Amino acid sequence: MAPPSDLAVLQVLALRASLLGSIRRFFDERDFVEVETPAIVPSPGLDVHLSAFEVRTSEGESVGWLATSPEYQMKRLLSAGAERIFQLSRSYRAEEHGRHHEREFTMLEWYRGNATSDDVIRDTEELVAFVANALDQPAPEVQPPWQRLTVDEALQFHANVDLATLVNDEERFFRVWAETVQPRLGNERPVVVTDWPSSMASLARLKPNGMADRFEAFYRGVELCNGFGELTDATEQRRRFEQNQSERRAVGAPVYPMDERFLDDLERGMPDSGGNALGVDRLLMLLVGAGSIQSVMVFPEERL
Amino acid sequence: MADTSDIKKGFKMLIDGVPFAVVDHQFVKPGKGQAFIRTRIKNMMTGAVIDRTFKSGEKLEKADTEERTMQYLYPEGDSRVFMDTQSYEQISLTNEQLGDNVHYLLDGTEVDIMLFEGRPIGVTPPTFVELLVTETEPGFKGDTSSNTTKPAMCETGLQVNVPLFVNAGDKLKVDTRTGDYVERVKG
Repeated sequence: MAPPSDLAVLQVLALRASLLGSIRRFFDERDFVEVETPAIVPSPGLDVHLSAFEVRTSEGESVGWLATSPEYQMKRLLSAGAERIFQLSRSYRAEEHGRHHEREFTMLEWYRGNATSDDVIRDTEELVAFVANALDQPAPEVQPPWQRLTVDEALQFHANVDLATLVNDEERFFRVWAETVQPRLGNERPVVVTDWPSSMASLARLKPNGMADRFEAFYRGVELCNGFGELTDATEQRRRFEQNQSERRAVGAPVYPMDERFLDDLERGMPDSGGNALGVDRLLMLLVGAGSIQSVMVFPEERL
Repeated sequence: MADTSDIKKGFKMLIDGVPFAVVDHQFVKPGKGQAFIRTRIKNMMTGAVIDRTFKSGEKLEKADTEERTMQYLYPEGDSRVFMDTQSYEQISLTNEQLGDNVHYLLDGTEVDIMLFEGRPIGVTPPTFVELLVTETEPGFKGDTSSNTTKPAMCETGLQVNVPLFVNAGDKLKVDTRTGDYVERVKG
């Protein structure tokens, strides 16, 4: 890739500053508190397809992992009584690199205590409309409310297949999703996809219909965010972590430890909450119509 | 053995014994899901382009291909004979293998020949070649506009659309990627 001109660098700097400023204004107006949690954490997340950077001292002693998301620590703040919190942080995923992935990227994560995933979906719709307006990137299609689809409906509509026929074959599910469904999601306006199989959301609670209380928003075929009605049952959370660990063991992936303090704080009590994690670089890419997140980053890996 | 981390534009792999070259590729990873590499790949034998999705980390077999610069020598039956400019080794490709490129070969033209397991499977001619017009309707004197065109036959059998002012005996610069007339060459 050709290096960008100085002008392009300055434009990206200005866009990012304006985006981050408008995100902070949005949450400030809604009485959220901005928080900071560490980048080096005792457990980087246990999802089977997640790969983290281990951090070691020069003597080779492991001191933890770079956070793949600030989720555990932010939920611990909910247990401590914080009610509305947001964070803009760098997150790290060791094996993700492509037009929509960078191993170090900017994540916006927020939580509402005593709230549901619906409240957080509403935040998401309003936030995107708010920042599009603040960036002077008129995008009438992002005005709320967005379209809603369940996973099953999305599969039927775009791939002509039922979730029931794919749910026991995750590789096939994700192949169909990646090849056929996702590229067609949110091309006219953003779409919120709900009701994921319970096996695909180890930190979400279950809905009465047995599906995970998880949602993802897609805009122009790009996954923009992933949110949950949060699981608050410590025993169930430990059981799922153990299951994640044995899945990791089975595929030969490193088995990361559980975050015991997160589990302790869940045990102590966390209010019913909704939370969401949104890719800031992807949001900017979509709003300005760029072709990759690297083109809206000042120092993506390939230009470092 | 290669794997999906080796995929980049131009990477050549073997699928069911057929060599494919990567035209485009994209890393995709559905949230909480398996990562894949979506690719657009070109069958190097037929030129057909297909989409194929690989699981991230999947093992791939590298295709044993090699590109060599060769000089066109002469026709021989249904084939054309080329010589490696380094080793002087001679090989021949059938007119069928050469396809449209057969029309860009003049004595001594240097081309890049793709070899798969030592056998020639394709040829890339120079981007531009100069060809003599052997036959075309007489030109109109003074008509230098290039908006209207007429067909012209070149020495190699290539037919191109040319401006009206072109005459038999003129030399043309032709773009081999498109087969289009570029300009008339002085001399």
